[in-house]
Amino acid sequence: MTTERVLMDPTAELNTSARERTPKPAQLTGLRVGILDISKPRGDLFMSHLAKRLRERGMEAVEYVKPTFTRVAPPALLAQMVGNVDVVIEGLAD
Amino acid sequence: MPQKQLIAVVKQSCQTCQLVEPVLLQLQQQGLLSAVYSQDDPDFPSDITTVIDDSSLHQSWQRKIEIVPTLIQLHDGEEVARSEGWDRAQWAQLAAMEELGAELPASRPGCASKSIDPGMEEKLDIRFAGDGLEARRVPIGDGEDEMEAMFERGWSDGLPLVPPTPERVLRMLKGTSRAPHEIVGQVPPDLVSCTVEKVAVNAVMAGCKPEYMPVVLAAVEAVLEDKFCMHGMLATTMFCGPIVIVNGPVTRAINMNWGMNAFGQGNRANATIGRALQLVIRNVGGGKPGGIDRSALGNPGKYTFCFAEDETDSFWTPLAQERGIAAGSSAVTVFAGEGVQGIVDQKARSPEALTASFAASLLAVSNIKSAMGGDAILVVSPEHVDVYRGAGWDKARLHSELAKRLLRDGEELVAGAQGIDEGLPAWVAGKSIAKFKPGGLMIVRAGGNAGKFSAILTGWGASGDTGSTAVTRAITE
Repeated sequence: MTTERVLMDPTAELNTSARERTPKPAQLTGLRVGILDISKPRGDLFMSHLAKRLRERGMEAVEYVKPTFTRVAPPALLAQMVGNVDVVIEGLAD
Repeated sequence: MPQKQLIAVVKQSCQTCQLVEPVLLQLQQQGLLSAVYSQDDPDFPSDITTVIDDSSLHQSWQRKIEIVPTLIQLHDGEEVARSEGWDRAQWAQLAAMEELGAELPASRPGCASKSIDPGMEEKLDIRFAGDGLEARRVPIGDGEDEMEAMFERGWSDGLPLVPPTPERVLRMLKGTSRAPHEIVGQVPPDLVSCTVEKVAVNAVMAGCKPEYMPVVLAAVEAVLEDKFCMHGMLATTMFCGPIVIVNGPVTRAINMNWGMNAFGQGNRANATIGRALQLVIRNVGGGKPGGIDRSALGNPGKYTFCFAEDETDSFWTPLAQERGIAAGSSAVTVFAGEGVQGIVDQKARSPEALTASFAASLLAVSNIKSAMGGDAILVVSPEHVDVYRGAGWDKARLHSELAKRLLRDGEELVAGAQGIDEGLPAWVAGKSIAKFKPGGLMIVRAGGNAGKFSAILTGWGASGDTGSTAVTRAITE
């Protein structure tokens, strides 16, 4: 007979691991900047305007679009950005 | 020693076991009885010399004894036949004796074996075979209040939980034929693999009975389908949570409510199936308010929102059958929905008038200016169903009549029109725009017999490819 009271863990029993963040660049000049529109209403207007302003300042901006804001970015899109740009600017809300 | 031997399993507290005492003695005298296993008193039966103490219930468990007395015939140590309770003819046959227990009545039912006392089967399984469970065991200290311990560990939705002991989890797993370690899918937001066992742990905590497990599993698998978009629905600042609608024979088998107060409190199956689903998202997926769950207001259905469709007659095709499930099969349909918007219509006596009423009310879903956005479920109560029954309108007819009345002139929907800034782009002007996407409106029967009140369950503003599509999934044992 079990005398010790035991409960079964209902969680995924995940261990969190801390990863160091990439240091923030001191400036964007000379970097390739990814602009990610997550497909929120009118996000395209805001994000493309941002890209335009960065280009006006002589920076290189590469625009990306997530198919829908309700799902995580498809792996293919992430793969496209990784290595192609140095930083990404993403707009999260309307 | 003869090859054929008999053994018996008894307990002193059983009157039938006491009744057969002289018969056991008779068998012993004939050299036929190799052992009597006694579950509760090693001195019973007192005249038998081969009593073996089975107060540990090991033999009873191993031999799957359900009734005492049980007489078992062994051949070379292997069981070949058994008789439960006292049955003179059967016992005489097992013993190959013509005269056995002549002074006893012809038969008497036995008593329940101690090995199947309530809760005992799981305890014995664990004691003698191990529980086979893979989940981490969380020890609770002697002085610790287990109810509080569960709150403190963050497992609760805010209400008390049933402690998921190994015994309860094993019992829950008996509600399904599926293997405990089978993966049911990846649960968002953490996207971790979820086993049948983890679903069972959460179903225990939610208060489910084992027979609800197939419904809970189907609901979990349904929300994990990509098109349901559980991750986005959890992360949204909007109101929604999964609403579970159950169809088919299972609703009667587990006593679900589709009648009076179908959306409300008071029915264990409705309440706990919906809750189990939410606890899986919370505990396995890690989806908690303030974390990935960013809802501005939420809705009370995020504790639980599950009900059955009224299939008490075949007047309207049940939702699951409309969605491809064979008649006579059980299924769940999950819908990313919000709260309940009542439609009060106590005057309509014709299907046309009632349909006009329903359509006008449905236009308010999300916003009177929105179209092709959020989906909806129209839940029609019995008194309103009767209006259609009288006129012979089946569900398909109601769908098509509603669709006609749910077409809008684009001009009315343009942003800014009617003094409302919300609305659609200017290009819709001059076009006829449907309120709902194709398939975006579902019709379900539910409710108590009195009251000309139906209801709208509004869907998440992000529907279809942009967001969530309702999913129907067959329930398997």
